[in-house]
Parts: sequence; structure tokens; C-alpha cells
Amino acid sequence: MATLKVPATVPPVADDCEQLRKAFQGWGTNEALIISILGHRDAAQRRAIRRAYAEAHGEELLRSITDEISGDFERAVILWTLDPAERDAVLANEAARKWQPGNRVLVEIACTRTSAQIFAARQAYHERFKRSLEEDIAAHVTGDFRKLLVPLVSTYRYDGPEVNTRLAHSEAKLLHEKIHHKVYSDDEIIRILTTRSKPQLLATFNHYNDAFGHRINKDLKADPKDEYLKTLRAIIRCFSCPDRYFEKVARQAIAGLGTDENALTRVITTRAEVDLKLIKEVYQKRNSVPLERAVAGDTSGDYESMLLALLGQE
Amino acid sequence: MADEVQQLNRAFSGLGGLGVDEPTMVSALARWRKQPEKRSGFRKGFPGFFKSHGEIDRCEEEYMLHLAAEFARFKNLMVLWAMHPWERDARLAHHVLHQQHPAAIVVEVACTRSADELLGARRAYQALFHHSLEEDVAYRARDKPYCSLLVGLVTAYRYEGPRVNEEVAKAEAKALGAAAKSADGGGGSGKKLVENDEVVRILTTRSKPHLVETFKYYKEMHGRHVEEDLSQSSGEETLLETVLCLAAPAKYFSQVIEGALRDGADHHAKEALTRVAVTRSDHDMDDIRAAYHQQFGAKLEDAIAAKAHGHYRDALLSLVGAGK
Repeated sequence: MATLKVPATVPPVADDCEQLRKAFQGWGTNEALIISILGHRDAAQRRAIRRAYAEAHGEELLRSITDEISGDFERAVILWTLDPAERDAVLANEAARKWQPGNRVLVEIACTRTSAQIFAARQAYHERFKRSLEEDIAAHVTGDFRKLLVPLVSTYRYDGPEVNTRLAHSEAKLLHEKIHHKVYSDDEIIRILTTRSKPQLLATFNHYNDAFGHRINKDLKADPKDEYLKTLRAIIRCFSCPDRYFEKVARQAIAGLGTDENALTRVITTRAEVDLKLIKEVYQKRNSVPLERAVAGDTSGDYESMLLALLGQE
Repeated sequence: MADEVQQLNRAFSGLGGLGVDEPTMVSALARWRKQPEKRSGFRKGFPGFFKSHGEIDRCEEEYMLHLAAEFARFKNLMVLWAMHPWERDARLAHHVLHQQHPAAIVVEVACTRSADELLGARRAYQALFHHSLEEDVAYRARDKPYCSLLVGLVTAYRYEGPRVNEEVAKAEAKALGAAAKSADGGGGSGKKLVENDEVVRILTTRSKPHLVETFKYYKEMHGRHVEEDLSQSSGEETLLETVLCLAAPAKYFSQVIEGALRDGADHHAKEALTRVAVTRSDHDMDDIRAAYHQQFGAKLEDAIAAKAHGHYRDALLSLVGAGK
């Protein structure tokens, strides 16, 4: 469930454009106005605004944004305003270029989007970066991570409901065997995780639990610091329980000293139109405090206001 | 009479050609009407098809199967031609994966179609077979050394613009050379070239224009064509097919066609003729004709006319664009 709040009667696109233009003009910027408009429009509406803005003012809306605002607020507004496919392309490009083993962005994109959405992101990637996504990942990521991540983003999973129970049983057994022998980057593990459809994988993980008495992730904790194992666990969680996965990302972004603004922005902007409401519920249950309160406590200024708007606060 | 019998023999593809000569068969019906002795003479004069069995010359089972295949060539061509290209490619791939066909067909589909055509084929595959193409390829090829190459090829969504980074192309030409040198030549315990991570990465992710540049630099740097070095050991046909399909598809297809038309071609090689004619007719058939002429010194349409018969021959010639 989305948290985005769009007004009951949306002003005409031309009005929104004019208001936004006014927000950028003169000394300083009217950040509140930007948030009140962009923070309350869905993807189709934002796309229409961008198109109309460019026509009316001869300049890209995103360009005006980068010129006028900065920092975490700018990043949040840019990421939010982009089309979901472009957003994923930008996030993926960043993740590939600045690759380090603790990075899970590619896993999120590959495992929590539908096949069509992933493909739209790959197309957007072509247009924006003049290379293919898999090309860049393969060029920047090495070793077992490359072996895992390139097929993970390249796959076009069957998106129907059909499940082969016998196969789920045999592949659960296969996974268990490989994990038992600690060959975590074995071709078969990678094959199963990167080609089987989501319903098929869920059936496989369920059967693993039934057959071996505990969840598959429990067996992937041999070395708690190992980033590759963490990546495998993230893949499985993104398929099985994306809301809990994202809750953890948000929680870890906020907890402790300082805030991981990039992670927080990413969770909120990518899920606001998808399942941020569910994520909020999980957060409340887990932390006994609403996500909005935690965000407000850890962030400030326009950045905070933008995040709260996307979290559905009036 | 002997001439007529010979003619009819040939019409029933008694001389190893492709397809059957329907018009000749039909005219024999008319000419020999009410002349059973002519038919009898034909049966006696065609030992491959008919075997004497006391009073009767009965049909050889094996020949009946052969005939069924030859009669069906035209039908198969027309059905393949009528299908949507995406369904066609999905069925071709599925056929390979679920029978014992050569994996070259998967390489062909993955490397010679545009990025969107390949995506369409993958969508068609899901709609038809309720699995993703890569799922089935990965499963079927899981013990083969070319598995990760094949999966990478079918899941690629290559950038299609002309922009190429020359520095990267040079670096990758160098990397390919290094890989070719260090690979186990076959028979040892080392990793095969087709399993080499860098080789697979470059061939399965880079855009086609980029690869063409890379292969050009390879020739400059190493003095040999990349395909010569990549096929150094047996079992590397997949690598060779991949490189050809990506960089010189017309040459690849002309070789496939030649393989179908030569004497002693097997069942799969012959089937390839229909496949190439139908799938490339609208795309690069002109280039294929030119490549065929360059490589084999004969006109493609002449080679086809010499080996194929009847409607099948006419269909092939129409697809190949002879006489344009």
C-alpha cells in the first residue's frame, strides 16, 4: 500500500508548472512549495509536469531543481520526481560505479520489482547511460559477486503463478546440500536464485523450511560478517518479505549515531508508491514508534519535510 | 521409360536432395494413367524405396520416414514463416532445450536478433511454456562448460546505439588475447576458455558495435582473428558460434546454409536451411547471399536450385530473394 497522498482535486498541470517556476525564481527557493506540489503527485502526474515544464520554460524541471537546491533534500526531490524506471536506472548506475560488497541496491532492484519494471529500468539505463546495465555491473563488480549479480539483474522471470512442486522439493534439497558443503557461490545456487520465478522460489523456500525444520536464511549465517552471505540472505528476504527487508534498511539507516541519508531516501522514494504503508506498520511493530517520528527525530529542515510528505503526513 | 522412371525417382528425392518435386510427381500421375505396368516398372527400378517380397514390391519403412520428412519440408517452412517472429524464436529455442538439438540454435537466436526481438522471444517463451527461457537454458545446460555463456547470451539486453569507448575496446581486446593464451588447450585440468569469466563478461554484456571494434583491435594487436584463437580446442564451438553470430552474422549464416546443402548433411543440418531462410529473409538475406558468394564461390540461389526440389525449392528461392 502506498503512502503518497495526492489531493482529491489535482490542479491542472499548467498551474503546477507555474507554481514550481515561481518557487525557483528570485532570491532563494520556496522549498515548501516544491514539497507541497511534487510531494503530492503520483508518477503519471509528475511525468506530465516534467513534460509541460520543459515545454513552457525551455528547461528541464530536474535541471532547475539541481540548480536551486542541494544536499540530501535535492537528492530526495530528484529521485522522487524521476520515473520509477529512470530512478532504478540511476540507483543501479550509482551502485555499479561505486560498487562495494556491502551494497544491496542491485539486489533490491532485481528482487522487489516485477519483470516488466526491471526491464523498463534496463531500457531507461540504455537511454540515459548509453550502455547496458549488465555491461556496467560486469565491468565494475568482480568475483563471486559478479557471478551472482549479473544474472540477477538480467533475468526476465516468468511472472505467472504456476509452480512445480516436485521441482521445489528437489531444488530445496539441492540448496540445502550446497549450503551444507559451504559452496555458497556454486553454479546451482546461482542458477536457482537467478532464474526461477518468484512463486517457484517461494515454494522452494517454504519446502526448505518444512523439510529441514528451519528457514533457509538460518543456514546462511555461518559467518555473520560475510558480505556475500548477506547478499544471498538479502535476495531471499526481498523475495519472501520485502516489507520487512525495507523496514530493516530504514531502521539501520536511522539507528545509532548519524543517519544513512542515502539509504533512507532510497527506501522512502522507491516504496512510497508501492508498499511504504506496510513498511511503516512493520516499523511501528518492531520499534514501538511510528516511522515518521523516527525520521523527524533523525533528520531536519527541508529534507525532513520532504520525507514526511512522502510518508503520508499531511 | 527409363528416363521417366529416373525422373520420378528423383522427384521422390532418391538422390539426397531436399524436399520433393511435386510437379513431376503430379505429371507422372497423368502420364501413367491406366498403365499399371509403368508403375510396376518404377517400383522395380527404385530399390531404396521398394523391396521385392515375393510377388509384391513393398515399401521400405525407413524410406517412408525419410519421405515423410522430405514432404514435410515445405509444410514446415510455411508454418515457420507464418508465425510471429517472437513465437518462432521461442519455439526454436524450446525445441533445442527439450530435444537433443545442437545448442547453436540458442546462440543463433540470442546473438543475431535485436535486443527487443530477443526480449519478445523471451516473453513469447513464457507465454507458451510457463517458464522463463533462461530458467530452462540454465537447467538444461547446467553440467556443460558453456552454461554461463549461454545463460548470459539469452538474458542480455544490449545497448544498441553506435557509441563505443575505444579505450575500453582496446583493453578488452587485450584481455581476450590474454585469456586465449592462458586457457587450457583441452585435456588438462584447467578452466576451459568458454568458462573464462572475462571472456563471458565481454561477450555477453557488451554492445555489438563495441564488440566489432574490440575484434578489430584484436586483429591489429595479435595478428589473428579472434575466432581463430577462440576455437583452439575442441568443444569450443559454442564460443566460435557466439563470436561469429555477434560480429559477422552473415558469414555465420552462409556457413550454416552451406552445411545444409553439402553431401552427407545430417537431419539437423538440413533443418537449418529452412530456419535460416525463414528467419533472415526479412533482415540480412542480401548480406548472407554476398557472404555465401564470397566464401564458397557460387551463387546461393544456384546452390539451392541444385539441391532442393519442388515447392520447397521455390519457397526457398523466394525467401532468399533470388532474381532481385
